[in-house]
Amino acid sequence: MNAIEIRNFRKHYGAIEAVKGVSLSVRQGEMFGLIGPDGAGKTTLMRAICTLLVPDEGTILVQSHDVKTDIMAIRALLGYMPQRFSLYQDLSVEQNLRFFADLFGVSQEEREKRTEQLYRFSRLAPFKKRKAGALSGGMKQKLALSCALIHTPQVLVLDEPTTGVDPVSREEFWDILRSIQREGTTIFVSTAYLDEADKCDRVALMHQGEIAAVGSPSEVRGTFDQPLYQVSGRDVRALRHFFAALPRVRSTQLFGDSVHVVFDQEPMDSEWQEWRRDSHEDLERWSLQSPSMEDVFFEFIARKR
Amino acid sequence: MPTNNEIAVKTKDLTRKFGRFVAVNSVSMEVHRGEIFGFLGANGAGKTTVIRVLCGLLQPSAGSATVADLDVYSQSEQIKHKIGYMSQRFSLYEDLTVEENIEFYGGIYGLTKGQIRNKEEQIFTSFGLGPYGHSLTASLPLGFKQRLALGCAILHDPPILFLDEPTSGVDPKARREFWDIIHQTSEEGTTVLVTTHFMEEAEYCHRVLIMDAGRIIAIDTPHNLKKLHQKDSVQDVFVTLVRRELEGRKEADASYV
Repeated sequence: MNAIEIRNFRKHYGAIEAVKGVSLSVRQGEMFGLIGPDGAGKTTLMRAICTLLVPDEGTILVQSHDVKTDIMAIRALLGYMPQRFSLYQDLSVEQNLRFFADLFGVSQEEREKRTEQLYRFSRLAPFKKRKAGALSGGMKQKLALSCALIHTPQVLVLDEPTTGVDPVSREEFWDILRSIQREGTTIFVSTAYLDEADKCDRVALMHQGEIAAVGSPSEVRGTFDQPLYQVSGRDVRALRHFFAALPRVRSTQLFGDSVHVVFDQEPMDSEWQEWRRDSHEDLERWSLQSPSMEDVFFEFIARKR
Repeated sequence: MPTNNEIAVKTKDLTRKFGRFVAVNSVSMEVHRGEIFGFLGANGAGKTTVIRVLCGLLQPSAGSATVADLDVYSQSEQIKHKIGYMSQRFSLYEDLTVEENIEFYGGIYGLTKGQIRNKEEQIFTSFGLGPYGHSLTASLPLGFKQRLALGCAILHDPPILFLDEPTSGVDPKARREFWDIIHQTSEEGTTVLVTTHFMEEAEYCHRVLIMDAGRIIAIDTPHNLKKLHQKDSVQDVFVTLVRRELEGRKEADASYV
């Protein structure tokens, strides 16, 4: 039995088809990542899994329960953190954690153990007496996450949980997710940080209401079959414009202090020398690059147009 | 690149406390005109507090700060005319159309109808919002809402722009498009102070500052930071420096738990 079974799920909002016949299986105990551009339908899919909206067509089963008919059974076994999670602003950090622990019926022993672990990730311990309303934006996000993770549901659905969370805390957050996964929880998580997709067992790329690719991170990256080069030099923005104007170039993207250039076919050495001259020596270094999840993301968006 | 050495923003030993909590601890920095200056730091490090002080929204507890040569203590009202501000949760009227939002904010800034129309055209063309002019703001994809929020923040042509996590929650494509707009704005001479948790965006800044527990722990160009700490990316520099600070504070923190 799969933890989540989605068959031909469709959802319209007026004339807009938000999700167009999605089928997807999430296995027991899996860490499953969902990525895709804004407006791809990710939140709609997640809300349907959580029984918060009714499918127009298709079936969604969570631990074999139907989201249309077994709403209470699903809610009892599922944890959900929406993009905007509501904290009690006038309760302190520790009171919020305590409140959600009680709400989910977490035992005292379990609560204390988990709270300590969550403080380690969130570094909120020094602020535990502070009212949630007086925390910084990122700290609020970390408290909201902590409240969602205070219990151990069978299935945990997290909608962009690390938005606004700093890089060090993100790493620690993923450590906690992994420890929750080890306890047997199935995790379905969306993210705008594509380095996080690489931390999942499997990942689905959603675009324009459809699943464009699904598989392990390496399988998804393996669908990328064009020559990809990382190039750098004095002025990367100028370099990007230079390469974008070449006829053989499929796409260009800035990646920090370098540019990723995707070609139709492998360029020859003589061409690189030519480009170095033509760019007035701006081009300094180039090397074949294995595609990152972000490269794959851009390729799928480009293909669809 | 920064056009000259004119100082747009300057702080000296800037400090801000909330009760006994020191959110910003003796921060000294200079930002040049036309520079894209990145604020990095862990959650709660004090980035947003510095920005709020510089925008004239919070009084400092100690130290000094000037924005466009105006003093944050005595000239906070004048400062508001010199700056644009866009925050993590930008405030657009969701039930107004894109055009109506621009007209509304233009009215707040005291622009004439003609000025508003000119700005509107400019925003439509350079931000790619043209096709959405009559759309309800609520119906826009997040990346376009964010561009509209930026457009509304610069209607009065502020020389200095504060962006507090402007790309939070935005997909990789829309993030890059937004940074193209930031660069365009900076090339026209606007000074941009921006906070972000996306470390690849830190690479797009001319200089970055890394804050921890209210203090500056690093301030330099991305290139120099990587060279100095022998790392391949600002992400690695950031994680290393912030972790080092956390280790140093661990014992102090442990006493709270």
